[in-house]
Amino acid sequence: MTLETAVAAALFVGVIAYAVLGGADFGSGFFDLTAGGSRRGAQLRTLIDHSIGPVWEANHVWLIYVLVTWWTAFPMSFAAAMTTLILPFLLALLGIVLRGASFAFRKHAETLGQARLFGAVFAVSSVLAPFFLGTVAGALASGRVPADGHGDLWSSWLNPTSLFGGVIAVGTCAFLAGAFLTADAARGGQSGLADRLRTRSLLVGLVTGAVVFAALVPLQRDAPTLSAGLTGRAAPLIVLSAVGGAATLLLLARRRYGPARLTAVLAVSSVVSGWGLGQFPWILVDQVTIAETAGARATLQGLLVAVAIAAAVVGPALLYLFRLTQSKEWAHQS
Amino acid sequence: MSVHQVLAQLSDAAPSMLASAEPAGLLPARQQMALSLGWHIILACFGVAFPAMIFVMHLRGIQKKDPVALELAKRWAKVSAVLFAIGAVSGTVLSFEMGLLWPGLMGAFGDVLGLPFAFEGLAFFLEAIFLGIYLYGWGRIPPKRHVLMVLPMAVTGVIGTYCVLAVNAWMNVPTGFRIVDGEVTDVEPWAVLFNSHAFAQSGHMWLAAYMVAGFSIAGVYAVGLLRGRRDRHHRLGFLVPFAFATIAALAQPFVGHLLGEGLDERQPAKLAAFELAETTTDGASPLRIGGVIIDGEVKGALDIPYLGSLIAQGSATEPVPGLDTIPVEDQPPVNLTHWAFQTMIGVGMLLMLAVLLYWFMRWRGRDLLDNRWFLRFAALGGPLAVLALQSGWVATEVGRQPWIVHGVMRTTDAVGDYTSGLWWLLAASTVLYGAMTIGAVIVLRSMARRWRAGAGDLPSPYGPRPAEAVER
Repeated sequence: MTLETAVAAALFVGVIAYAVLGGADFGSGFFDLTAGGSRRGAQLRTLIDHSIGPVWEANHVWLIYVLVTWWTAFPMSFAAAMTTLILPFLLALLGIVLRGASFAFRKHAETLGQARLFGAVFAVSSVLAPFFLGTVAGALASGRVPADGHGDLWSSWLNPTSLFGGVIAVGTCAFLAGAFLTADAARGGQSGLADRLRTRSLLVGLVTGAVVFAALVPLQRDAPTLSAGLTGRAAPLIVLSAVGGAATLLLLARRRYGPARLTAVLAVSSVVSGWGLGQFPWILVDQVTIAETAGARATLQGLLVAVAIAAAVVGPALLYLFRLTQSKEWAHQS
Repeated sequence: MSVHQVLAQLSDAAPSMLASAEPAGLLPARQQMALSLGWHIILACFGVAFPAMIFVMHLRGIQKKDPVALELAKRWAKVSAVLFAIGAVSGTVLSFEMGLLWPGLMGAFGDVLGLPFAFEGLAFFLEAIFLGIYLYGWGRIPPKRHVLMVLPMAVTGVIGTYCVLAVNAWMNVPTGFRIVDGEVTDVEPWAVLFNSHAFAQSGHMWLAAYMVAGFSIAGVYAVGLLRGRRDRHHRLGFLVPFAFATIAALAQPFVGHLLGEGLDERQPAKLAAFELAETTTDGASPLRIGGVIIDGEVKGALDIPYLGSLIAQGSATEPVPGLDTIPVEDQPPVNLTHWAFQTMIGVGMLLMLAVLLYWFMRWRGRDLLDNRWFLRFAALGGPLAVLALQSGWVATEVGRQPWIVHGVMRTTDAVGDYTSGLWWLLAASTVLYGAMTIGAVIVLRSMARRWRAGAGDLPSPYGPRPAEAVER
């Protein structure tokens, strides 16, 4: 593996981690949005608060990791993507800002009216942010970002691949959140809530799976390079994703919530990896490859050092946080 | 635009830049950056400095079995949860804006300035993880271990400040690369991370963070004391952050002075603007307080002979190089830079004198917490520290203009090729930041109100009632 490819792989690990961990947090917003009125939805919203509260900020940092690694390792492609996709980036950013702020505000809101306002903003922005990030992925993957940047402000992200990307992002986020929230509810002894979440997660899983495979058809025309990769080199990953998705549905149906989380993660990380492998070695498909846009070698080496230190320092801390949140003491609501 | 084109433009004679009109997106991009950076930096101060204060309070609470201290630590943790959340998202805005607004800078120099950001990201990761552990660890982790969980955040505050300021220091004193035939080459990312200027600049900002957070939090309790809530809760809540702010306020002038050493060599235009030095004097330059330059003439300034050279140059004879030594196209907006710089110094000195007065009187056996005028001033300490902070940033950033990377890349070449439509983004952002400010104020005030009314935990209003919580 070349130095450039190693750094690109490290970057993409961040994309996968953000899609899975950050995605599950965004997906919680979908369930918050569809939880019903303030009385009926109270129990689910409390669960969501409890479930993502300790982890969402840590999960959010994966996005920073991706951005920083991208501009440091592949600066010209970063500038090109930013100037072309300024609108979806700004809209995603709006969603990210409103999601984080209103989530924190809602937790300490005094009145039901305030909680409803902040809650509505939290839920809607949680759905919008992954949608627009998905359109960005679609734009990169379908060759809409010219190497010199400043591509078309609108058609670069309002096209079939981008729109499917957006919907798939929202769907996979909700699918992950469904699996996690159902397990959390069951673990906290709220079996009625777990049953309700189970039904919804099954529904979300079926729809999302159908959309992912339906997308393969228009992609052939709209994003031929990506499509060739997905059905060629990355095909095993797409199959793995299908198997993971089907297993999740089966496990949810049988109320095996613990293992269902793992298969859901497998399904989403495989499909995201499939996208990455499918468009390899392009960073901006049909425009710029990883090797062409790579920055100075000394910087790439420095980045790998930073990544190694991060793995040694951040890794254990992150595992400790996740272990705590999954422990028995934390399952009980304070 | 490729690196080559950007740098080819750079190597062109400067006058041609003057002749070409300013890009339509430049002014809105600048204002956008000023708004989002200026808003975020206040919250960043709390992210950097608040954890150490919480740690001291929490430690006192469990070591001395002091319920007042423990309660304060608990409340501060809840407040920090709100502040850190909006700090995290407003920091994310900046990551995006680096690329969205300044693609010329990031495209050409992303691999030069990127490594410090990578380590800053690492620090932010640890901060977010331990924030989650600490906030949700109350009552779930054994107390002696739990209190230690806030400590990593104080350390990552130092690292994060250093890394971000290393990039800013690099913009002032670029190093770690060469430009050969219009191409950036020989990139040494570690030389950027450890550039000579980074240490002093980050020290200055780190102390500023402790001043902003310390004076702001102390100010909250000063208001409580003014309103007659003269209990131990308020005295302790005032004293701990005030002690942190004291150390920072006393050290700050020295670190600031250290930072200014050699500015005449590094950025003579910035120094001339700081000092409002229109012309290079024969012999020692005066310290010029206030005043403006209108049509090349200094008006309304109070000149103190010799002091300008003594402070800036460390010499009783050597003058401050004036703007007459700088080509017009390389000069920053002089009056704004000068006023921002002197506002920072003036307010910083005022705060330093105020803390000196407090501890001196205390040493003489008088507690100024019983003095209403001192409390009124202390209530303003937070806003004043923020004013000094913002002025300092305006001074250094505006003073670096017209360069984004001093002597290497002009800000006009860094900005994206946008239309004046970018003003809409600024308008929308102003509304968004305004709304977030209002939201934060409403929530924090209501938390304080409920705490005063005796509420311990602050349950969410939509939470299930106890009877519903346990489901059959």
